[in-house]
Amino acid sequence: MPIHLAATYRHPGLGRSTGWDYSRSGNPTGQVLESLLATIEGANHAFTFASGMAAVDTVLRLLVPGSRIVVPEEIYGGTWRILERLCEPWGLKVRWVSFRELVERPGGVLAGAEMVLFETPTNPTLLDADPTGVLQVARQMGCLSVVDATFLTPVLLRPLELGADLVVHSGTKYLSGHSDLTAGVVATRDQGLAERIGYLRNTTGAVLSPFDSWLLLRGLKTLSLRVRRQQDTARALASALPGLPGIVRVVYPGRGGMVAFEVDSADRVRTLLERARVWIFAESLGGTESLVTVPASQTHADVDPAVRERLGITDRLVRLSVGLEELDDLVDDLRSALGGEPWAS
Amino acid sequence: MGILTEIIHAGNWDEDPTGASSVPVFRGSTYAQNDPDAHPRWDYGRSGNPTRAALEQAIAALEGGCAGFAFASGIAAINSVLLTLSAGDHVVVGEDIYGGTYRSLSVLFRRWNLSTTWVDASDLDAVRDAIQPSTKAILVESPSNPLLRICDLRAVAAMARERGILALTDNTFQTPLLQRPLEMGFHASIHSATKFLGGHSDVIAGVVAVSDPDFAKRLYAVQNGFGAILGPDDSWMVLRGIRSLAARMDMHQRHADRMARWLRARPEIAAVHYPGLEDHPGRDIHFSQATGAGAVLSFDLGDARKASRFLRSVKLALPAVSLGGVETILSWPSRMSHASMPPEERLRRGIGDGLLRLSVGLEDPSDLERDFERALLEAETI
Repeated sequence: MPIHLAATYRHPGLGRSTGWDYSRSGNPTGQVLESLLATIEGANHAFTFASGMAAVDTVLRLLVPGSRIVVPEEIYGGTWRILERLCEPWGLKVRWVSFRELVERPGGVLAGAEMVLFETPTNPTLLDADPTGVLQVARQMGCLSVVDATFLTPVLLRPLELGADLVVHSGTKYLSGHSDLTAGVVATRDQGLAERIGYLRNTTGAVLSPFDSWLLLRGLKTLSLRVRRQQDTARALASALPGLPGIVRVVYPGRGGMVAFEVDSADRVRTLLERARVWIFAESLGGTESLVTVPASQTHADVDPAVRERLGITDRLVRLSVGLEELDDLVDDLRSALGGEPWAS
Repeated sequence: MGILTEIIHAGNWDEDPTGASSVPVFRGSTYAQNDPDAHPRWDYGRSGNPTRAALEQAIAALEGGCAGFAFASGIAAINSVLLTLSAGDHVVVGEDIYGGTYRSLSVLFRRWNLSTTWVDASDLDAVRDAIQPSTKAILVESPSNPLLRICDLRAVAAMARERGILALTDNTFQTPLLQRPLEMGFHASIHSATKFLGGHSDVIAGVVAVSDPDFAKRLYAVQNGFGAILGPDDSWMVLRGIRSLAARMDMHQRHADRMARWLRARPEIAAVHYPGLEDHPGRDIHFSQATGAGAVLSFDLGDARKASRFLRSVKLALPAVSLGGVETILSWPSRMSHASMPPEERLRRGIGDGLLRLSVGLEDPSDLERDFERALLEAETI
């Protein structure tokens, strides 16, 4: 697929168009990507955005001041920030619930809400659930359901097939898979929602550039290979972690390439980050390289400390994004980075 | 069409059904061949790529040629042109030429039995006398690098055509905006597109425009066979650079003219070489074959010590190899572009250790003058 960098398109005549008018409104490279994303999501329409947050922001703009949205506290810190710091001052009513509450009694939790937005597994606590129940209840109650499926990708989870109205992604993560671009995705089966999302994107303009569209398209060719291999490695790694020095708790939901663990002291986290050689200490996830993140000070730094404490996002919690390296190298590196003297705290 | 219009529209891709204002970057390495019996227009990215073809078409249009070729670098372009020759052939080459070309001919091609006679190309008798029965090409640059010597391009082309041999020139310094060698009888006009054509010091590329369909076939065979092609992203970047060529060159030249005169008025400087100066040797010939003096000049500080100090002291000009970017670039030919030439060869050609080459950029010239004034004083006093 060529990269169409053109900003504008020559019209064949007055009132006529080649189908392409202006690059913000649509360009051939982006369209090929969007039709592939729609296909793999089981959607009818997909839209790409300049970032994952731009995608979430656009979905939230479907609501109006006074609208009620239900969101579990266990959610990506950037989504927490946009809701708490930007949307609430504009009059959006956010009802924060726990992920468990949402899954166990969706009927009670969703009463009076126009939208529910959640992730599964949650970031970074990795609580996981089959979202079908929540999605069906939301549908019955006329509440728009939005699933952020960044962690599992359509290879492992297709929320639209389970009844979700909208699925969002940070395309920066597994979809592109090489930590070399920033992108967001929204997909839906609903014609009316698609028209509204398309209108919002064209109006607010947080579009994905043709070059990044092409790069994301290139990444998708290996999506399935990468995600399955990352899942295999993550599973094996999760079984090896309990034997490593200082680890007191391991969380792995059984699917996907994300693993979390808790160690006995914050000092041990610091040492791990200093000593790790194979694991890269960085935010983000889903790349070919394995990343280690401390959510309390990185991805969830903007979340209210009291909320973080309640959710268990402490300075002893470590999040791993498992890459495509050799399992043994990943385990050995963690072992030596965590090991040594017992750490007093 | 006028050259200014060509610069804006050349290479626009007529085949594009979308009407796009800019040719797409086609990154495909291969192309579906749906009809196995037909010969497809596009079959493999090395053999042809629509984005590269747009650039190739553009350089052909700007130079007034029948075909254009884009290569991975300027030296890849020159070497590909030379590879159309055969072992046992002889070439006559202007001695005051880019150091990389000198290295190719004196080391690599010599090993394969292509022999070279170096001549002062501003001396037509010397060029004529160097031609042998086995001579197959004459390769010159005008103005030359780095002394800006002028060669009578029409006379050299006529000399080559009389003998049925190739007339080749490196037109990097002038660009087709200022000088169009194919219209003066040359078979090929070669460029480092890294320089003024790309214009932003952000891409390495070479292009060649040719006037003769038979030579175009020979050069295509080399391009496709040896494969030193320009990639699609870089092709697109060069094409994008070309769109502002006229605007850039216009200002480059005005600033260069001002800097040449400013430098000449400085007591610290022994000589300034710039075709725009009234007493520059060959100036009349230059303006009979070019519409401008270009934006490259050189000046002599006398010795290596002063040149080195001056280079260390300048702040605004980028001390670097290359030229033709939006930023002013100052190079030291004896240590940079011509370092591959043995010292005695350099000195014989007049490329002294105190010689600096200046590619004048688009900064405010008074800032450059202030920067240079301070650097000149420091070079003298430290």
